[in-house]
Amino acid sequence: MIKRINPFLVVFAAACAAPLVVTNPSHQNFLILVMMSAQLGVAWNILGGYAGQVSFGHAAFFGIGAYTSTLLLIQFGVSPWIGMVAGGTVAMIFALLIGWPCFKLKGHYFAIATIAVAEILQVVFTNWTSVGSAVGLSLPMQQEGLKAFVFNASKLPYYYIALGLLIGTVLAARTIERSFLGHYFRAIKDEPEAARSVGVNLTRYKLVAISVSSFLTAAGGTLYAQKELFIDPASVMATSLSVKIALASILGGVGSLFGPVIGAGILTSIEEVTRQIFGGSGRGTDLILYGLIILVVAVYYPNGIVGGIKAWGERLAGREPGSESGR
Amino acid sequence: MSALLEVQGLGKRFGGLVANLDITFAIAPAQIIGLIGPNGAGKTTLFNCIAGFYPPSEGHIIFDGREVTGAAPDKMAMLGVARTFQLVRTFSTMSALENVTVATLLHDKRLSIARERAMQALEFCGLSRRASVVAANLTVAEQRRLEVARALGLEPKLLLLDEMMAGLNPAEVQEAVALVGRIQSRGIACLIVEHVMEGIMPIADQIVVLDYGRKIAQGTPAEVRQDPAVIAAYLGEA
Repeated sequence: MIKRINPFLVVFAAACAAPLVVTNPSHQNFLILVMMSAQLGVAWNILGGYAGQVSFGHAAFFGIGAYTSTLLLIQFGVSPWIGMVAGGTVAMIFALLIGWPCFKLKGHYFAIATIAVAEILQVVFTNWTSVGSAVGLSLPMQQEGLKAFVFNASKLPYYYIALGLLIGTVLAARTIERSFLGHYFRAIKDEPEAARSVGVNLTRYKLVAISVSSFLTAAGGTLYAQKELFIDPASVMATSLSVKIALASILGGVGSLFGPVIGAGILTSIEEVTRQIFGGSGRGTDLILYGLIILVVAVYYPNGIVGGIKAWGERLAGREPGSESGR
Repeated sequence: MSALLEVQGLGKRFGGLVANLDITFAIAPAQIIGLIGPNGAGKTTLFNCIAGFYPPSEGHIIFDGREVTGAAPDKMAMLGVARTFQLVRTFSTMSALENVTVATLLHDKRLSIARERAMQALEFCGLSRRASVVAANLTVAEQRRLEVARALGLEPKLLLLDEMMAGLNPAEVQEAVALVGRIQSRGIACLIVEHVMEGIMPIADQIVVLDYGRKIAQGTPAEVRQDPAVIAAYLGEA
């Protein structure tokens, strides 16, 4: 057998070295944004991609993560690193409470329920004065350094933290993909009734998927709060954020490990480029483009970019697409 | 010999519609029971009640000496009841091997061991050469056999086969008949819903006949064939 270089390691090395080449702070910031949205996409994919439970309410978990760590920091001086774990745990408990009834719903009805839940949470936080209501919360920025999770002089530390979080999330997804859970999730997605017939407790394993997914999404929320040093319901719990998280995966390739990373790269580019071209007066241009992308992907590439490339490669290799399993 | 499965006075209603009424029969270990009846007789409903997909409206189901009336499908799978579906429900994006692995994982969550057992089940059903093919790309006959392999992956005591011979050509029917024989020789009892009479008559130890949700006859294939009530149900009253 020919020994191949692990492509994962190549990408990892390139990502570590990228700031040496990309020295412009605004370009570095762009890469951070890509990795942050990629991390959210990969986390979403565990529930929406592998287990096929499409959620349009992941901003709720993201917001819970951001608010939990921020409130712990402001009210009790708890380190944001501990806050990150706490936020993940709170989001997980919330996800289990919400998942229990919502998982009784099938297909589109589940997706609709997740929109409703996130929407309600946003309204609650907008009107809840003791958590800052619509005004939002500003994070303290006097203390700097790794321990405080605040970096004012250079954005570079955020780059490596975002990269670390992304890698951790990818590894979690990969571990799931290669364990019995990956088989169970895909079975639930393909044929839930058949999955039940071979002993898979649907609710239990959907709850496992949403627990992991919500925990990791909330961790991304804490990173966002520490990077922006300001959060409000409109920025961390918006429905448009939920859609963007889901779209990274849907565009890149639902149920594939690196699909959401590719999808996030494209979406973030669109967002940044439209912002530069149209500025404040063109707000929402990116959303119009998102809509177009959803249309094109749904009609022509239901398996996303990664799925499209795979089918293309198989056709080039002279095989019937999908005649062999990729995994 | 004590029964493996006992169905006692089982009834199932959907609103005002009575799909099953007062059905009683038993299956002994390693016995093959054929379940026949005209369309709409309630065969698949009975099947779904036994497999845990429908909670019965009345009556009892006792499996392996244990009351299991209304137990969920995954619980039934755990206890040793496996099933196939009338309209094939393979995991269409997964390979044949992965399909069966989902089942073999029930008893051991280690993938390497589950895969090995899945491969054995595929081999038993004559599908080992198609192990890496995505289920959606298998022929209908292969998909039906894959469902059997998946069900066997649970290492069941009772296998419920729902019209596994529907849509198969005569040669494939013979293969399916041979497969059921091999399953029986492993000590697994089978309850088979079937329309293909040349498939079921030679292999069944007993035939249960349903009509309008009720059991109208039970006996050996030869007895059932002569039964006036059965003839009337199939051909209509003279």
